[in-house]
Amino acid sequence: MAAAVGAAVLVTGPFVPAAQAQNQGGTVLRVALVQEIDHLNPFLASFASSTMVGRMTWEFLTLPSAQDNTPAPGLAESWTTSPDKLTWTYHIRDGVKWSDGQPVTAKDAAYTFTRIMTDENAQEANGTYVENFESVTATDDHTLVIRTKTPQASMTALDVPIVPEHIWANQPDMTNPATDGVPVVGVGDGPFLITEYRPNELVRLKANPDYWRGKAKIDELQFITYKNSEAAVSALRNNEVDFVNRLTSTQFDTLKSAGGIATNQATGRRYRELILNHGAQTLSRQPIGDGNPVLKDVRVRQAIARALDPQTLVDKVLGGYGQTGGGIVPASFPTYHWEPPAGQKYTFDAAAANAQLDQAGYPRGADGTRVGPDGKPIELRLLGRASEDFAQRASDYVVSWLGDIGIRVTKQLVSDNEVDERTNNGNYDLAFSGWGTSPDPDYILSKQTCAALPAVAGSSSSTSFFCDPEFDRLYAAESTEFDPAQRADLVKQAQARYYSQVPSIVLDYDNVLEAYRSDNFASFTKQPADTGQIMEQSGYWGFYGATPAEGGSGGGGGLSTGAWIGIGAGIVVVLVIAGTAAGRRRKSADDTE
Amino acid sequence: MTNAVSTAAAELDEPRRGTGTARFLLGKLGGAVASLLLVVALGFLLFRMIPGDPVTTLTRDRPTSPDQLALLRERLGVDKPLYQQFLDYAGGLFRGDLGTSYGYNRPVATLIGERLGPTLLLVGTATVLAVALGLWLGVRAAWRRGSLFDRTQTGIALTLWSMPQFWLGLLLLIATQGVFPSGGMRSPDTPPEFFPQLLDVAHHLVLPCVTLLAVIYAQYMLVMRSSLLGEMNAEYLTTARAKGLREDLVRRRHAVPNALLPTVTLVFLQFGLVVSGTVTVETVFSWPGLGLLTYEALRVPDLPLLQGVFVVMAGSVIVMNLIAEVLYRVLDPRVRAR
Repeated sequence: MAAAVGAAVLVTGPFVPAAQAQNQGGTVLRVALVQEIDHLNPFLASFASSTMVGRMTWEFLTLPSAQDNTPAPGLAESWTTSPDKLTWTYHIRDGVKWSDGQPVTAKDAAYTFTRIMTDENAQEANGTYVENFESVTATDDHTLVIRTKTPQASMTALDVPIVPEHIWANQPDMTNPATDGVPVVGVGDGPFLITEYRPNELVRLKANPDYWRGKAKIDELQFITYKNSEAAVSALRNNEVDFVNRLTSTQFDTLKSAGGIATNQATGRRYRELILNHGAQTLSRQPIGDGNPVLKDVRVRQAIARALDPQTLVDKVLGGYGQTGGGIVPASFPTYHWEPPAGQKYTFDAAAANAQLDQAGYPRGADGTRVGPDGKPIELRLLGRASEDFAQRASDYVVSWLGDIGIRVTKQLVSDNEVDERTNNGNYDLAFSGWGTSPDPDYILSKQTCAALPAVAGSSSSTSFFCDPEFDRLYAAESTEFDPAQRADLVKQAQARYYSQVPSIVLDYDNVLEAYRSDNFASFTKQPADTGQIMEQSGYWGFYGATPAEGGSGGGGGLSTGAWIGIGAGIVVVLVIAGTAAGRRRKSADDTE
Repeated sequence: MTNAVSTAAAELDEPRRGTGTARFLLGKLGGAVASLLLVVALGFLLFRMIPGDPVTTLTRDRPTSPDQLALLRERLGVDKPLYQQFLDYAGGLFRGDLGTSYGYNRPVATLIGERLGPTLLLVGTATVLAVALGLWLGVRAAWRRGSLFDRTQTGIALTLWSMPQFWLGLLLLIATQGVFPSGGMRSPDTPPEFFPQLLDVAHHLVLPCVTLLAVIYAQYMLVMRSSLLGEMNAEYLTTARAKGLREDLVRRRHAVPNALLPTVTLVFLQFGLVVSGTVTVETVFSWPGLGLLTYEALRVPDLPLLQGVFVVMAGSVIVMNLIAEVLYRVLDPRVRAR
């Protein structure tokens, strides 16, 4: 029996590679996906990998340009605003088709936004973009009119994929798993179209031949799931995939010298911070949590900022792959990024920090620990995620730096959920945190306003319980300012105000570390140009711009020679064992007791 | 008087054996059902004790309004009081409904069903190989107790057994450098025909299976070795030898079958545990099975999914335990007679 199967395998085996070769029609870009996919349905998709697949599939009204993240035309060729800034008119491109042949019109866009506004289940992923919408109408096939309740400066940064009405109108229940299926999500107008989805294994997309910017240079894009980043790196080395992101600094360093592999070190879109519990409170100003009251004193918070050395954290903990921070808008968005000028900057200076605390009236006790107004030594808890390498290592530095200025710190490295729970409820003194930001700064700034304070404890949408009238004034001015230069100025002023009040200390912007098979692919489009990342962009430029290498295999499956030798050896071993067993049986049957 | 009772007992001996088996089965079954109920209740409470509001963890890092949060709470049913949530959950379980996963927004039973196949393939293959290898090595080692073979094999088995699976898996991954795939269960571009698919899955199976095998075969070997050692001085072996049987036959026909019992039960006991123990191996090799599902559910954390996986895994251990106990009774007349 085993021999029969073995023989059949041996006979079929050699023909398999030929069949595979026929299967691949052209260049394939294989991308390792280390993060899971929650949904392909763009109304529900919220994980970074899922939204990335969505970006490839459905075009936006406008999207951040590859060059510098400024709004670029997408489905909307051009757009105008009324003098009162409440009415936006988008002119929808002519001649764009859905992959099933139907034309893309303003009605599809109107449908998409209206669906999000009226169907609560459809708000999960993009609900916040339409909160301020009064109405969305298509006056004709090429004109979309959106009226907002109050002026909204982020109207050219609506990160909402526009879907075909004729497909989605047939899906009354957004939460139906069928909305993740290829018959529904396979109809798109982006550079790539979803053709196969095997949950937890693979998402296969093929280049859209009718894409309005022109067909991509590659024919197929595969996102292959790897749950372990070491395995993904190994797959890149073995030419099983062409692209890997979210590398650790160690992995990145070793890949730098690997043959046939190129690396990309990009400025990131996230900031890391140390949040200081300066008085957690609810929307109705009820204090919550058990934060140390000493942090309510801005002078203490400033002294802490002076006692830390983010550059050391970048060098020692992040292996140099990061950029020290200033404002909460990362340096990869230069239009809105703010750096503290020399006079305002909290430079690492323990002596200055000590002097400030002496002056503020926190004398040192007998054991060197400073004493608070209540006569008790100042002890702070530092909360971090035990799962995170950064928190584990950086916490030791923070403990020692704050020890130098007479503040005793105890590390509390706990589970992710406990960190969330405790920060949301204000049960912490110091905590490591971080946020990803989009090209438009409105959202990340809104998280720091009084309006973002939680209605009740535990439901916080504020990142650090910051509530400051001056910051709120600047935020309000920014979000309704339509002159780009003036808006950028207001955004920077708001960041400067935040910096001066120290509700949190921005430690750094992590670099994004990526690597690809340079023997298969010559180049990708970065966002922003030169310094940016390739995968997980705000847009589809990276993979849409993928250029196969001259003479490169451009990926492609098939088993390697080694694999075939391995399989052959395995079969031989099985046959030998089966044969020996059969032989022995016969022999023992001959023996009689 | 005493005599009468004992005769009555002697007379009742035959029918009592039948009711004894029924009572034994009923008792074991009852015990298993009670354990399952306990698991359901414990699972529910345990996962409620994990800190963190599921809604805020689910929406971590992305734009959400308080209205959306409230809606999500309602949809997930976490706005209800705890006892109501438990009743809903227990009621659903009776209908075979394990609830709906937060993260996937799909029925937990469907998700587990999809992943059960790959896990059973991995665990099944590894168990069969581990049993075969363990028994073979165990018999050899016991028969030549104290020999160099015995000492080295026991040493190797113990070393592998104490190795972290995660580390061993990574080591194998690096050591084999591209001979076997780094992850997953299938390649994207394998033709859909049966044989290419079979080969492709077999190719992907090698590393995770070897990792699991290396860690679990030791206990089969050690149990087989010690139970055979226990039989080695038995008189029936002397009888067999006295009949003039070859040493080889004495071992295979007489000693091994008698020594096999503890190992058979161990296989069933272990199978349940191995199903739940695949979390690390599946995570290392991105094998799309139950272990990986658990790992993902833990990261969110996806309470209904965790509960479902917990019930299924604990259930598999309980069921396998039951089978082992019944089997032991069936296989060993001595246990039955007691």
